[in-house]
Formats: sequence, structure tokens, C-alpha cells
Amino acid sequence: MSYPEKYKYTREHEWVEAAGNIGTVGITDYAQNSLGDIVFVDAPKVGTKVEKGAVFGSVESVKAVSDLYSPVTGTVTEVNEELASSPEKINTDAHGAWIIKVELSDPNELGSLLSAADYAKFIAEETGK
Amino acid sequence: MATPAPVALRKTALNAMHRRMGAKMVDFGGWDMPVEYSGLIAEHMAVRTGVGVFDVSHMGDIQLRGPGSLDAVQHITMNDASKLQEGQAHYSAMLYPQGTFVDDVIVHKLSPNDYLIVINAGTREKDFNWVKSNVRTFDCHANDYSDYYTQLAIQGPKAAETLAKLTKVDLGTIKGYWFKWGTVCGLANTLIARTGYTGEDGFEIYVPSDVATSERVWNEVLEAGKEFGILPCGLGARNTLRLESAMSLYDHEISETINVFEAHLDRFLKLEKGPFIGSEALKTIQAAGGPQRKLVGLEVVERGIARDGYPVLNLDGKKIGVVTSGSPAPFLKKNIALAYVPTELAVIDGEVAVEVRGNPVKARIVPTPFYRRPKKIT
Repeated sequence: MSYPEKYKYTREHEWVEAAGNIGTVGITDYAQNSLGDIVFVDAPKVGTKVEKGAVFGSVESVKAVSDLYSPVTGTVTEVNEELASSPEKINTDAHGAWIIKVELSDPNELGSLLSAADYAKFIAEETGK
Repeated sequence: MATPAPVALRKTALNAMHRRMGAKMVDFGGWDMPVEYSGLIAEHMAVRTGVGVFDVSHMGDIQLRGPGSLDAVQHITMNDASKLQEGQAHYSAMLYPQGTFVDDVIVHKLSPNDYLIVINAGTREKDFNWVKSNVRTFDCHANDYSDYYTQLAIQGPKAAETLAKLTKVDLGTIKGYWFKWGTVCGLANTLIARTGYTGEDGFEIYVPSDVATSERVWNEVLEAGKEFGILPCGLGARNTLRLESAMSLYDHEISETINVFEAHLDRFLKLEKGPFIGSEALKTIQAAGGPQRKLVGLEVVERGIARDGYPVLNLDGKKIGVVTSGSPAPFLKKNIALAYVPTELAVIDGEVAVEVRGNPVKARIVPTPFYRRPKKIT
């Protein structure tokens, strides 16, 4: 699995793609694979303030619940409504099925996140491969 | 920080096979078992619409043999084994003196002097020690044959057609909860039981537990089921299937602190057969008006998933019970749960709430099982 170069990553397996001062957030393919069939996404409403490192929602598979940690600080501008009826899109396309878009209050935060290469290395160490 | 070496997990004969097939593995009661292969929902649906195969060799097998074996079985189990015919099995349970559960079991009458009790994986040693110490005064031997067998569960509407390719035994002559001996995959005297834990038609076969035989049979079952879309299934689907069918899981719906009436399993309790371990306590509970809490089925009606251990609340937000097992139901496409609530609130259509990570989510008490397989038109 290759992780998109233009995304930044967290050790909690979220990705963020920044365009201007809008960050698009989702979970990685590694995360969806660990969770299994996703059946429920609990996302915040538009206008909610999110904080880097803090829980902003959750993703549930048949057998587990996983908290979502925001990679960035800001305000939610958009929520992916498709996931309400088709949460399994995260399983089939984790890097495309975004969860929220955030107006970044501090774009410099992106600098401390992992690059695709660093994230891939992190995963390899986690799984002992 | 160095990760400590994991405590060695027990393995079934098919462990290497599961790993080669890319199964996601999990520690289940000390066993290294597959939780899913291609995906929980796909595996669940395969069993409901076609056929699936499970390695359930981690379960245990205790054999009681001798002239006193029926008396011994009657002493340690709650159902009436004297009603079993040769070739017949039934669901039962071993109880503690206070009427609570040691384990739930399937008792098979192999002959008047020979009974096979199939027990749970997580309670193997506890059960065997319980059996041994409680049948000492009876004229029988208790033997633990768990490691002798690889046990495969072939489950689904196409299970019979699948297994029929591997045996000359006429499977139509084996009714539900009955068993026969026959040659399966060339192995003589294989036990073929029409039992299972999925709510579908299906069979459990017991073959020798050497790796070569176990892998050969596993592969032959997968080959035979190919045209029906057979999938190897893991413990994830096993749990969602048994939950849709409202079947109990030890340490969830039944345990050493839960009695037979609370667990809603009194239809398998035969107090009229005479005294057995647990009977007197249960008679006392019955005389006192029954249990204080009861197991009910819940269907979540607002957005949310009720899970194991979540509190059950009344509509005023007061905690009144607990979810014993809860999950999305892949076939029913609802979020369901089994839960204990006070007996006076255990009424169909009663409204309660489940506390899902701090928030109350409304649920309705519904009849169980949640799923019943369609009746075959013969």
C-alpha cells in the first residue's frame, strides 16, 4: 500500500491534505484494515471547533469503536454526508473517503506531522514487518 | 521500550493454514484464532445465504463411558439426558450448586454407556476438572478427548449440499441435533452432527487432529463449497451469527453469577428428572417467584451501536441493567443487543436506553431470536 505523498499523517492513523487554509481529514488504509467492515461514522457538525491531538469523533466497525484524533486545529467547514449512508466507502477507499474539512487556524501545525515515507516506516515498525 | 514476549497462545491444527490464508488472528480465551479472513460481513452473509466453514477445534470434548455414565450426565447437567435416543444430542448446561452456570454444553448420546459432552474453548480445564470431580462416585470414566479432534463447522443453507460431496452418508436422514458416523473425506467413523452455533442448518464434523489430515479436510470442504460461494469464516462472524440467533456466550449471557431463569434458558431445565447439581437452588428461586432480572433482546432505535458492557438505562436516565452482547447485525441490518434488565421491565416493546459512550440512545425490547432461518418446504 502506498500512502499519498501530498498527505501528512499522524501516529493515530489519520491523514490530512492541506489546500490553502483548508485541511481535508480522513483515516489511513492501515486504520480501515485494522478496524474491519466500517458501519458507522460519528462526525462533528459544521462549525465545531477541533483541536490538534483531541478527539473529534469516532469510527465504528462491526467489532470495534475507534476514536478519531484531529491532526489540526480549526473549525469544521464541511462534513462528508456520504459516510452517513455508506460508511463502507472508508474500507474501499480510505485515502479518498474524507471525513471532515477544517479551516486551519494554524497551518504551521502541518510541519510537525509525518510525511508519507515516515508514516510507512512507522507502520512497518508497528507491525514488526 | 521493548515489548515483552507474548504468553504462548494455544493453537489448533489449522493454525498455520489460517495464517497462510491471511486470516487476521486474535487471542480468544488463550487460543490464537482467526477473527476474519475476507471480511466479517462477507463471511456472515455467506453463512446466511450459502455456506461458510469454521475451525472450532478449540472447543472441548469430554467423553463419559461406563454403565453409570447416564446417571453421571444426569447429575451434572440440567436437561434430561434420559430422553436422548442413541444418535441424538441436546443443548444443556452444567450448573453450580447455586443454579448458576459452569458452562453451556451439547450432550450427545453415543450409546447407553457412552456420552460425549462438547464444551466451550475458554472453559476446557475448568469444565473437565468439574466433570471429573463430580462423576467420581459414578460407575464411569471421564476422558478429555479435546486434542484428538479437529472440529469443523459447515454452516448455511448450502451446508448439506457441500458436505454431501464428501460423504456417502445420506445427510437427509440426520435431523437437527442428531448425529451419525460415516466416512467423510475418506476418513472412516467420522462423527457428523447436525449442530451449530449460527442459527442456520449445518453440520459439525470431527476428524483426527493431525495437521496433514486437518488441512486436507479443510481444503476439501472449501473445494466442495466453491460453487456455493463458500468462505472460511472467523470468530467475528461466529459472534454476529450467534447474536442474531440470540444464542448465549459464556461470560456474557451466562456465567457463574447468572442463574438459569435469569438467562431465559429454563426450557432446557428439567427439574422433574430428579435432583442434580443446582436443582435445589433453582427450585427455591422458582418458589420465591422467579428471578429479579431477565435477559431480553434489544433493538437500537436511534443512531448508535450498543456494545458488550454498555449500561442500560430507563427513560429517566437511571441505570437499570447492562448489555451482555451487542453489535451491528450484518444480515438484519439493525443494531441489536442482549441485555439484563429488571424482571418487571422485561416486556416486549418496552422502551429503554443504552448508554453509548456517555450518551443515551433509545432501544426497544424485542422478541428473540432476532433472526429465524426460513422454514424449508419439504
